[in-house]
Formats: sequence, structure tokens, C-alpha cells
Amino acid sequence: MLGWIDTLLQGILLGGLYSLYATGLSVIFGIMRLVNLAHGDLIVLAAFLMLALAAMGVPIVLTLAIVVPLMFALGYALQSAMLNRVLGRNILPPLLITFGLSIIVQNGLLETFSADTRFLNVGPLQGASLPLGGGIAIGVMPLICLATAIAIILLLNGVFYRTALGRAFRATSDDVEIAQLMGINNKAIYALTMGIALAVCAVAGFFLGARANFDPSIGPARLLYAFEAVIIGGLGSLWGTLAGGIVVGVAQTVGAHIDPEWQILSGHVAFLIVLVIRPRGLFPRAVD
Amino acid sequence: MLETRELTAFYGDFQALFGITFALKEGETVAIIGANGAGKSTFLKAIAGLLPRPAAAVRLDGRDIGTLPAFEIVKLGVSLVPEGRRLFTSLSVEENLLVGAYGRRSEGPWSLDTVYRLFPMMRERRHTPSTALSGGQQQMVAIGRSLMSNPRILLCDELSLGLAPIVIRDIYAALADIKQRGTSVVLVEQDLLHAMSVADRAYCFQEGRVSLTGRPQELTRDAIHAAYFGL
Repeated sequence: MLGWIDTLLQGILLGGLYSLYATGLSVIFGIMRLVNLAHGDLIVLAAFLMLALAAMGVPIVLTLAIVVPLMFALGYALQSAMLNRVLGRNILPPLLITFGLSIIVQNGLLETFSADTRFLNVGPLQGASLPLGGGIAIGVMPLICLATAIAIILLLNGVFYRTALGRAFRATSDDVEIAQLMGINNKAIYALTMGIALAVCAVAGFFLGARANFDPSIGPARLLYAFEAVIIGGLGSLWGTLAGGIVVGVAQTVGAHIDPEWQILSGHVAFLIVLVIRPRGLFPRAVD
Repeated sequence: MLETRELTAFYGDFQALFGITFALKEGETVAIIGANGAGKSTFLKAIAGLLPRPAAAVRLDGRDIGTLPAFEIVKLGVSLVPEGRRLFTSLSVEENLLVGAYGRRSEGPWSLDTVYRLFPMMRERRHTPSTALSGGQQQMVAIGRSLMSNPRILLCDELSLGLAPIVIRDIYAALADIKQRGTSVVLVEQDLLHAMSVADRAYCFQEGRVSLTGRPQELTRDAIHAAYFGL
């Protein structure tokens, strides 16, 4: 019994990481109806940037403070210089651009950092855990990761639902033509959206690197988990995305508890089951 | 203050406007009438910046605004109430109004409070999702949303479309209020009687061209009929 409780807890914590992967994707899709196929690779890119900064002697927390704004700027530039030019009724051109970007980032990282697996050294916190009694313990870093995911969603929802800028985001998402009639520059909104999404990617990259090993090739699998979390949660709802991440996380740890070989598979199976039962996800936007 | 000269507009290869020359004076209300597909809505969209148009074809206060995107045009005080309302569906009534103030660059008579006074129904329902309103109420929100930018020129596209006569009467009463505050209005309408009752001047469009223009009282039924259908 205790083993199962432990599995469930670890799954929820893993879900925190997956929702961090997924939040940026969810925001991009919600506002621009754009699927960013390079999302996972950009998370890995952020982790490598922090690794490179740490190798130069920058304290690990400071690397986060540098890479988050850097990734924001990268997202803003990527959107305004490239993706805004092809955004329109046809969803294929932006999809192809992000697909190409994914390949470029992966190979660029491979060329620069080699295929070696790395991790981010976050000091004594790395292996620290909180004993909960009964032999169950939860890791401090995974707990911080889940708390960060929740904090980021609270922050983003606060911006989207309580500020004039947030109303402009939602109006653009609803009807981009009419939003322009209200004085909203939709391309600037899109650039900000991509900037925000990549800033969240940077945070996700930090926890990815602090939690497990990474190498240049693991981006697409992170994209897949993120995508599953977004779809399970229901498009357009950030809390749904958090729930979706936790569903994937719990499914994976439960699968691994039964047989370690089943970990990845059971996450995908859970995704398919949710799709069959609730094709629009757990919290589709209509109820949001 | 607003002029178009030989304004043309295209949807892809299809030409919808063939050189519209038009003028609107300060404080004036001008009706644009014509059959379906005559180019009335296209004309408003071209002014508002939603369609590409020749750079020098649209002038505001003597300045060419033909190259400006839609989000800049509204900041100059030209606001379009789009055909079919098109409220933001995930926003409440009040949020729709507040988005309308996003592009506000000038002080003026309109604020949440004065818009609520113009349409008292909205105050009670300000936290309702905009999709929960009736068609007439949605039209009022769409007008209020445009007013929130404090426009000098209000472009109205088919205000009466699909609404009950009693609701249309309320909306035209509100329009009279809006005019009184000095706002100039361009009114695209299929409902001839209402359009002619409030307009100082009228243009009749036919297949992308101006087929008739004049003061409502000077235009005879037969002349309008001919200009409408090209008979």
C-alpha cells in the first residue's frame, strides 16, 4: 500500500515537471493556434545554455536569471522575424518552420556540446529529500519544481485574466481581425506570447537538467509529453495543462512501478484513454 | 474630414470596389445603401485598414492613411462596428468594453459609465459572458465597445441585421445620442427607411461603384430603386 502512495506522490511531482514543459506550449497554442515542434529542443537548449554558463563559473541560480530573459528575447525575435511572416489561415508553413528549427537546434547542440549526457549541478539541494514517515520521502527539487509550475500558472493566469494586456491576449485569441480594430497590434502580441513561452521553457530546462541527465537528442520526447499534457488538460486552460501533466506523470510512475519497461508506454496509454473518453480533454476552454 | 479617392479593393483576384470617391464632414451622418454584394462592407473594411488599399486612396484630415494597419487607424479616431457583432466570446460584457478602450488615444465623452448610461441593460449584465446575450444586446455591446475608443468617426456595418423592429428602434435612438455628442457616423444599411431617417446624406453603391448620391429628402423612390438594382 505504502509503495503505491509513494508511486502516486512521485508521479504527481513528475507531473509538475511535465506541466512546466507543457505550459509554454499551451500558451502558444491558446493564443496563436500554433504548434511549436521545436518546443522540446528549446527546453534542452535552455538547459545547455545554463550548463555552459555554470561551466564559466556562474552560480547555478544566476544562470537561471540570465537564461530566462535570454530565452524570452529569443522567442520574441523568432516570432517577429520569422513566424509572424507565415502566420495565416494555413497552419502548415509555421509548423514546417518550427520543424526545421527543431532539427537546427538539435544538430547545433550536438555540434557544440557533443552527444555526452550532462546534468546541472544545483549543489546540496540536488539529492535532498523530505521524509514523510513510513519510509516515504519526497525530493526537495521535484517539490520545488511542482511549486514553480503552480506559481507560473498562477502568475500567467493573473496576467491573462486581470490586466489590460491579458485582455488583449484573450481578445486576439478569440478573433484576431476584430482585435486589430480595437487597436491591438496582433503581431506584437504574438511576439510577446512566444517570448513568454520560451521564458517558461528556460525554467523547464533548469528543472530538466537538475532532475535528470540530458543530451541534445531528448527534445522531441519532452515535446511529446508536453503535447500530451496539453491535450489531456484541454486546449486553452492552464490549470488543465497542470492536471494533464500530472496525469502523464502519475501514469508513468504507476507503469514503472508495475514493470520499469512500461514507464513511457503507460504515459502514452493514459493519453489515449483520456482522448477516447473525453476527446476535448479534462478541462476544455468552454468551462474555463 | 474623411475622404476616399478612387478607392479600390480586392479579395484575391476578385475586385470588390472600383474607385469609390467619398467624403464625410465633421459631425455628419452618411448612409451607404445598396444591394447585397455591392461592396458596402468592403468599403468600411478598407477604410478601417482590414483590407489592403492604395496608399493615397484614404485621407483623414488631409493625411494619407492608406498604408496604416487597422490597429493604427483606430488610434486616429476611426472605429468600426463590424457586421455580425463579432464580440470576443471568451470575454465578459465588461471585458469586451474594456478591450475597446485598448486603442484609446484621446479623451472624449465615452467611458464605462457613459456607455452603461447609454445602454442600461449592460450594467446589470456586465459580468455575463458575451455569448449569453441576445442578438440585440450583443449589437449594443459591439457599439459600446467601439465607442470606448472615443472615436471621432464611427463606422457602423449593418446594425439592424437580424434584429427585431423594437430592438432596431432602441439602437437607432442610441445612435441619435451618439451623433449629438459630435461623433460623425458612416452607416452601412440594408434597412433603407432607418438609414434614410438618420442620414444627412446618402450614397448608393452598386457592384463596387457609387450609383447615386444626395440628401435623403432629394432622392426619389424611383431614383433609389434604379440605383439599387441598376435597372
